[in-house]
Amino acid sequence: MSLDGSLGIRVNGEHRRLPGGMNVAEMVSSLGLDPLRVAVERNLEIIPRSSLQEVMVEDGDDFEIVHFVGGG
Amino acid sequence: MTSKSCILSEVAKLTAQQEISADTWSVAGRTFTSRLIVGTGKYKTLEQNAAAVEASGAEIVTVAVRRVNISDPGQPRLTDFIDPQNVTYLPNTAGCFTAEEAIRTLRLAREAGGWNLVKLEVLGEAKTLYPDMRETLRATESLVAEGFEPMVYCVDDPIAAKQLEEAGAVAIMPLGAPIGSGLGVQNRVTIRLIVEGANVPVLVDAGVGTASDAAEAMELGCDGVLMNTAIAEAKDPVLMARAMKSAVYSGRLAYLAGRMQKRRYADPSSPLAGLI
Repeated sequence: MSLDGSLGIRVNGEHRRLPGGMNVAEMVSSLGLDPLRVAVERNLEIIPRSSLQEVMVEDGDDFEIVHFVGGG
Repeated sequence: MTSKSCILSEVAKLTAQQEISADTWSVAGRTFTSRLIVGTGKYKTLEQNAAAVEASGAEIVTVAVRRVNISDPGQPRLTDFIDPQNVTYLPNTAGCFTAEEAIRTLRLAREAGGWNLVKLEVLGEAKTLYPDMRETLRATESLVAEGFEPMVYCVDDPIAAKQLEEAGAVAIMPLGAPIGSGLGVQNRVTIRLIVEGANVPVLVDAGVGTASDAAEAMELGCDGVLMNTAIAEAKDPVLMARAMKSAVYSGRLAYLAGRMQKRRYADPSSPLAGLI
């Protein structure tokens, strides 16, 4: 954690800085995404959609956020 | 036409319709009328994709699981064009080369969509996109243990197909030819053997190029056909989707009708008696 209380995380391979005290649902929304339309994996473990608001983002977390796209 | 024969022809029509509407197939407890499953990749636009799905009459579409683009979260979404409420989304593991990658992908798919019916494919190498059957079987076992209902892409090998069924695959999906090749069913014998030996639905998945290929798969007794490129890369994808719908339907009817035996030589259709 930095001196200003912000957190460094990775989302889909990209580094991001966030203010502290956010839950995962808020983090997903802050990226412009609808938490109801994506699946979130945090440090290789899936966070059930029902718990997105309960899990707090922590410094160093590695997130994968996925959705359905066209495919064969 | 007399009114009586009118009524009779109406009755015949109704009976035929009833027979056709009764010809459904089921996978993992879900029942479908359409025997054509289409992919949603390679289309020029999402609008064209949606129009092709509509024209195909498909009730199931395959979809891929990929990272959202966090740099541009406002991009149009597949779900805005093809409504998962109307069409069953079948998440696939295209692009996965190990059992672990495939399982991770499908766990995410289950979280994103909330269902257990999935399509498993574990590829062996990029050139042929042939399935790696050792990894496929391993992934099938793990997925079934986790409560998934995997429809499994596989080689056209009756023994491998049986092993997948024993491992809990809810459908067996042998390739007709390599993915995206459009070469058509290469081995009619092995597809037929898989169909004869299976107690779960068999769908030819991959290799279909044109309508006759789809009809051929259905004539061999398959429960359905899954395709993507044959429609998406046609000059007119929406028209080809219609062609595939008809072909799958016709092939199914021909299978149910039972084809004539082949002969080595000619056999006249008009009577020989009474020739002038």
